[in-house]
Amino acid sequence: MKYTQSSCRIVEKRALAQDVFSFTLSCPEIAAIAQPGQFVHILPKGFGLRRPISIAGIDAENGTLRLVFAVRGKGTDALAGLNTGDFMDIIAPLGHGFTLKEDAEHVVLVGGGIGVPPMLPLAKYYGERATAISGFRSFPQVILQEDLEALGAQTICCTEDGTAGAVKGFVTAPLEQLLSEGVDAVYACGPMPMLKAVAALCMRTGTYCEVSLEERMACGVGACLGCACRTKDENGEERFLHVCKNGPVFKAEEVQW
Amino acid sequence: MADLSVNICGVDFKNPIIPASGVFGYGREYEEFYPLSKLGGIATKGTTGQRRTGNIAPRIAETPAGMLNSVGLQNPGIDYFIANELPNLLTKDTVILANIAGSTPDECAEVAAKLDATDVHMIELNISCPNVKQGGAAFGTSCAMAEQVTAAVRKATRKPLVVKLSPNVTSITDIAKSVEAAGADAVSLINTLLGMRIDIKTRRPILHNNVGGLSGPAIFPVAVRMVWQVANAVSIPIIGMGGVTTGEDAIELMEAGASAVQVGMACFTDPYAPVKIIDEMNAFLDAQNIASVRDIVGTVQPW
Repeated sequence: MKYTQSSCRIVEKRALAQDVFSFTLSCPEIAAIAQPGQFVHILPKGFGLRRPISIAGIDAENGTLRLVFAVRGKGTDALAGLNTGDFMDIIAPLGHGFTLKEDAEHVVLVGGGIGVPPMLPLAKYYGERATAISGFRSFPQVILQEDLEALGAQTICCTEDGTAGAVKGFVTAPLEQLLSEGVDAVYACGPMPMLKAVAALCMRTGTYCEVSLEERMACGVGACLGCACRTKDENGEERFLHVCKNGPVFKAEEVQW
Repeated sequence: MADLSVNICGVDFKNPIIPASGVFGYGREYEEFYPLSKLGGIATKGTTGQRRTGNIAPRIAETPAGMLNSVGLQNPGIDYFIANELPNLLTKDTVILANIAGSTPDECAEVAAKLDATDVHMIELNISCPNVKQGGAAFGTSCAMAEQVTAAVRKATRKPLVVKLSPNVTSITDIAKSVEAAGADAVSLINTLLGMRIDIKTRRPILHNNVGGLSGPAIFPVAVRMVWQVANAVSIPIIGMGGVTTGEDAIELMEAGASAVQVGMACFTDPYAPVKIIDEMNAFLDAQNIASVRDIVGTVQPW
């Protein structure tokens, strides 16, 4: 019995930005085994399909998981309406997470918008060995920079309009700079165009790169084959893998960009 | 404790609940939640002669009280299934219905012939997949084609043959009669209803395939109606499905004429849905003092 379905109590709720919420759930059994990059599948009450949400914090000691998500539609809106003391129906931990490299001296965590939250468990693992580059459209969307710093990561915040952070523009410029100095691994989560650009830069420099993908999902466990991702195998042959079970984390070179 | 066992085409089921084809893969994922032996049976992912990669994502869209899917029969092919999945499934103490599909009657017959040489309990022939260009629904929407493909598969196997019908037809009873005449031992219905959603800002269909199959509670009343109509039109057993979410839904479909019930989308909402449905059916029958679930099949009293 690998998966747990349970009703977990919300022990903390915070608004991080407009339409972006942080929830901390009490779920000791799941927190004990969850890995960076995995996700939880949450059922908003009254809906037929669950919502996959990446894990933004794993605290095995206190038995809690942290989830940070943006309101995207009616389902996430219903979830965002829950409060401390309410319960969330979740299946977790799901999916295949990030590969942790014990010997890495310097890794770069690239998060775009609501792709920043899954970088937190990596920042916790790598501490001062991590540089977190986060990209946002504008100042009101900026989230989690203090959290990343508190975990020891160096942060580079980018906004497209320059209203916040040290960099005006995309995450790729500071990433290119870091890659030229030598990096052991790059981990990325965010919009597809960003991931594509990050993967291309890493491939050019021969840097190990993993990306966390998103897709519309039904079962969440690999049975329904709904969340297909176009990949190529070792022989270059195309095949569809599935974000829920084979991913959400894939090696960048596996993905058909 | 009511007697939940049923018998369809000579095959004993410990209870009438079967996860539907396409939602349950080959059982491995849901076995991480509960032992598969709790289930009456399992309808396996639709399997074709050769491996199929399926459609480009997005393949899933949520809809009011339901969902659309356009997976497109992604599967590893019948040889892989027989070598790597079927032996494992046959150890699970539950009835295995191998769901098969193909682009031509010959391909369907070939797949069935390969299964005939195995210990699989039943074959469910899908003539109603809305998500593939050839075969699939095309077989299920014309009486002549439905009859032809059923007859071809009938010739290829002596296994109990269930033919899964499409609701996207003018008269499902005519199709049911055609496959009965061609040698089907049972029919299962309904497959998904063809549907579509559009992202109104990008003006793109949500599904990359543009259209897909609608399932879930939204289609349950259609399933009840069609099961009832088919029950009045054929003399072979019916496996009912379409939006069943609770034990009460399963009872309703059986009163309409189904001898067993498949559960689809409800597995996504709650992976334990099939097991809960079995418990709820038992509770209902006990509360009504009904000794056996077999006593309710087709007992609807129409006005």
